[in-house]
Amino acid sequence: MHIIDRRPDPGGKSLANRQRFMRRARALVKKAVQEASGARKIREVDDGGAVTIPADGVHEPSFHSGQGGGVRDYVLPGNKKFVSGDRIERPKQGGGSGSEGSADGEGEDGFRFVLSRDEFLELFLEDLELPNLAKRQVLGDAVEKRHPAGFQTSGPPSSLSVGRTMRRSLSRRIALRRPNPRELEALRNQLAELEGEMGETDRILALKVEIERQERRARVIPFIDPVDLRYRRIEVTPEPIARAAMFCLMDVSASMDEHMKDLAKRFFSLLYLFLTRRYRQVEIIFIRHTHEAKEVDEETFFYSRESGGTVISSALTEMARIAKERFPADQWNIYAAQASDGDNLSSDNARSVAMLRELILPMTQHYAYLQVGRADFERDDGVFARQETTLWRAYQELLRPNLPMAMRKVNDRRDIYPVFRELFERRDEPAEMR
Amino acid sequence: MQQVATTLESKTGTPLFTERDWDFNLLSRVYGAIEQIADGELGLDIYPNQIEVITSEQMLDAYASTGMPLFYKHWSFGKHFVRNETLYRKGWQGLAYEIVINSSPCIVYIMEENSATMQTLVLAHAAFGHNHFFKNNYCFQQWTDASSILDYLAFAKTYVAACEDRYGQDNVEKVLDAAHALMSHGIHRYPGKHPLDLKSEQRRQDERRAFAEQHFSDLWRTLPKTADGPKRDLDAERRRQLLGLPEENLLYFLEKNAPRLAPWQRELIRIVRQIAQYFYPQRQTKVMNEGCATFSHYRIMTRLHESGQITDGSYLEFLHSHTSVVFQPEYDDPRYSGINPYALGFAMMEDIERIATTPTAEDRAFFPDIAGCGDAYGVLRDAWANYRDESFILQFLSPAVIRKQRLFRLVDDADDDDIVVASIHDENGYRAVRQSLSRQFDVGRQDPDIQVADVDLAGDRKLILHHNVVDGIKLDGKDTAKVLQHLANLWGYDVKLLEIDGGDTIATHDGSPTQAFR
Repeated sequence: MHIIDRRPDPGGKSLANRQRFMRRARALVKKAVQEASGARKIREVDDGGAVTIPADGVHEPSFHSGQGGGVRDYVLPGNKKFVSGDRIERPKQGGGSGSEGSADGEGEDGFRFVLSRDEFLELFLEDLELPNLAKRQVLGDAVEKRHPAGFQTSGPPSSLSVGRTMRRSLSRRIALRRPNPRELEALRNQLAELEGEMGETDRILALKVEIERQERRARVIPFIDPVDLRYRRIEVTPEPIARAAMFCLMDVSASMDEHMKDLAKRFFSLLYLFLTRRYRQVEIIFIRHTHEAKEVDEETFFYSRESGGTVISSALTEMARIAKERFPADQWNIYAAQASDGDNLSSDNARSVAMLRELILPMTQHYAYLQVGRADFERDDGVFARQETTLWRAYQELLRPNLPMAMRKVNDRRDIYPVFRELFERRDEPAEMR
Repeated sequence: MQQVATTLESKTGTPLFTERDWDFNLLSRVYGAIEQIADGELGLDIYPNQIEVITSEQMLDAYASTGMPLFYKHWSFGKHFVRNETLYRKGWQGLAYEIVINSSPCIVYIMEENSATMQTLVLAHAAFGHNHFFKNNYCFQQWTDASSILDYLAFAKTYVAACEDRYGQDNVEKVLDAAHALMSHGIHRYPGKHPLDLKSEQRRQDERRAFAEQHFSDLWRTLPKTADGPKRDLDAERRRQLLGLPEENLLYFLEKNAPRLAPWQRELIRIVRQIAQYFYPQRQTKVMNEGCATFSHYRIMTRLHESGQITDGSYLEFLHSHTSVVFQPEYDDPRYSGINPYALGFAMMEDIERIATTPTAEDRAFFPDIAGCGDAYGVLRDAWANYRDESFILQFLSPAVIRKQRLFRLVDDADDDDIVVASIHDENGYRAVRQSLSRQFDVGRQDPDIQVADVDLAGDRKLILHHNVVDGIKLDGKDTAKVLQHLANLWGYDVKLLEIDGGDTIATHDGSPTQAFR
């Protein structure tokens, strides 16, 4: 009999099979993921989680008997009242013993399982691409910054940290009571003195033994032991390509209701999720505005109420200021998403457009404008085409091919994900009009 | 500490453990104690054991590949893995305490989470009960080779991986999908007839000639020739004979005869077929296998408790787990999901022990051979060695067990308005219930009887299959169409399945290849 401890064995033996299954069920899973993400709270989107796909798609067929028909003869346990010859009315839906057919669980309508966070996100964001990667191409991928990150026990001699090594050596020597050269010297002097005076032989002998003991101790306990060695640890961080700043601009004037804010929030969350998959470091800056703009934290951004008029250029000015101060465009990839209901002070439109064209767009990688509408909005298939908002029209005139800007309208929570996909779909031309 | 432990052990009546925790030393001591009882009292004969401690994560992995430590890769295993994982993570399903593999050495996986009592139970159950059954039962001896299965699986794994590298994952997957769909019909159920070698062939011919010479009578020559004897299509018969038809092992037939398969595809089919064959005895002996293991662990644990080697507390913990294993919900209980093989097997084996030691007059009438023979374990060992579920129930299901479980038999005839209670647990019903239950556990009846009947290799190459309908139960239409699709893809030409009931064709299914394998 042998006992083997398999616990330290590498796990994930089923990973390859799992991946094969995912590949097989990819189309089904993808659909399920999108449906699941609609129902889920936006913050939980990237948690992964259970999805259900139709069992038919991954069914493993086999020859087996059908449900009804024929003569079936079976034995059951736990008879209570029957005697032979009793007749029982057949239960509806064929009856049968019920033990056949679904013994393997194949009879279920849906096949439910849990996706890991990565699997979920990969399917969720599949085929999406960041537009306008010009900056990455110009600077190249390999810009790196090295910065110290503590100490390690091995490394090249050039990165030996003498101070740290000596400190450890000292504490070890003290702990193991290695004789100090000065102490040893003092003992020797004492011995010489005694020998010169021709003092008591007992003391001389004791001193000699003591000196020998100390010398041996000094030999056995090294001054610097390999365990003392410490090397400087250097961490390499890609810079500045792998970092992005994401500006969220939102109109919080009274005309924006909760529904619209929710739509905006969902869009921002998706964008954040997407950016975190592409960049190592993503900073988010929340700027809310009425007739004046302010940088706020996330909580205030989404939940606090404010009243006032709407002047979009105020937010753009604020963004330009923050970007100039903290996120210079040559070190950061700047993304901006603006959400508004489109009701701007009409005299401000021209100013906003000018700011966008001259200040904001040149420094951003991508600028997305999301016009959120009311939940009860009727689709514009009526007799009268709906009047476009002034802001929409103003922005539309701004759009050029090659301009890193896109704009979309969203009225329903369901549309957020499709719109998001549309904006970031992998395509050849960097921007498009609508 | 080690010293103390060994001295404790030698003193009988001292518990092996009192704590929940266990370590490897304890496992060895427990194993030794169990071995004494299993060997000395029950007379179990086992393969050497290899006990492997695994985590729950690894247990889930093992589940996915039907418990085998290594297996080729296929998406369906991934599917089972994600389902089990989901059920487990959501807390809807616990994991088994152990998995045991019919191999030599016999591999027993035990979970690290088990308490010391549970490890004792698991060792008694799997390392001795199942192990003895694997080694001694004739089904396993006849159909599996315990010493080589792990090597074969290793070969299968590398071969499939090599095929994937060489021919692409998709192409390999197609073949495996198709072969898996036919897996339940890729089994040799009987040893079959082997073609004679030259020497035996000659000897047979000599014997026949000698016989003919001995019985020669010139008078036969004078008999008139029968002009209109039964006309037989000799060509067709010869054709079928050459192909070894009818053939019920569909995978075997395809492997040997499918015209368009490449050698590596045939080898893949062979791998699936061999593995199906390896698992076939387990399907035939669920009740006996679990019954043998459960009976063994119950005896061993009780004996350990009697000799004071496990504490009262541990024994109660064991009983709690044991009773939930052998619990049989009644048919109208929402928890009912068929007859529990653990419960039936355990009840029958306990009853055999009772019959052998303290029989009643009824037992003497039903089991004259074993009633009161005194050697209960001898009778059980004989049963474990020489029966499978179907024959075991037919032979040993006693009226006492039928009464205890209150078994009754229903007949559900689709032509009748009602379901009829045909027999119950009374004098007139015992034999009918026993026979019916025995049939219920007959794998040969669970799987529909489908055979390759004919193929015209010189003509349109259409493959004709027959399903011999039993009791008027037809195949499930939807699944059958899908399986026939796979079958047609492997065969490369059209296939047709006839469902035949008493000479009449009552249904047909057709399949055409959509994607011929390259």
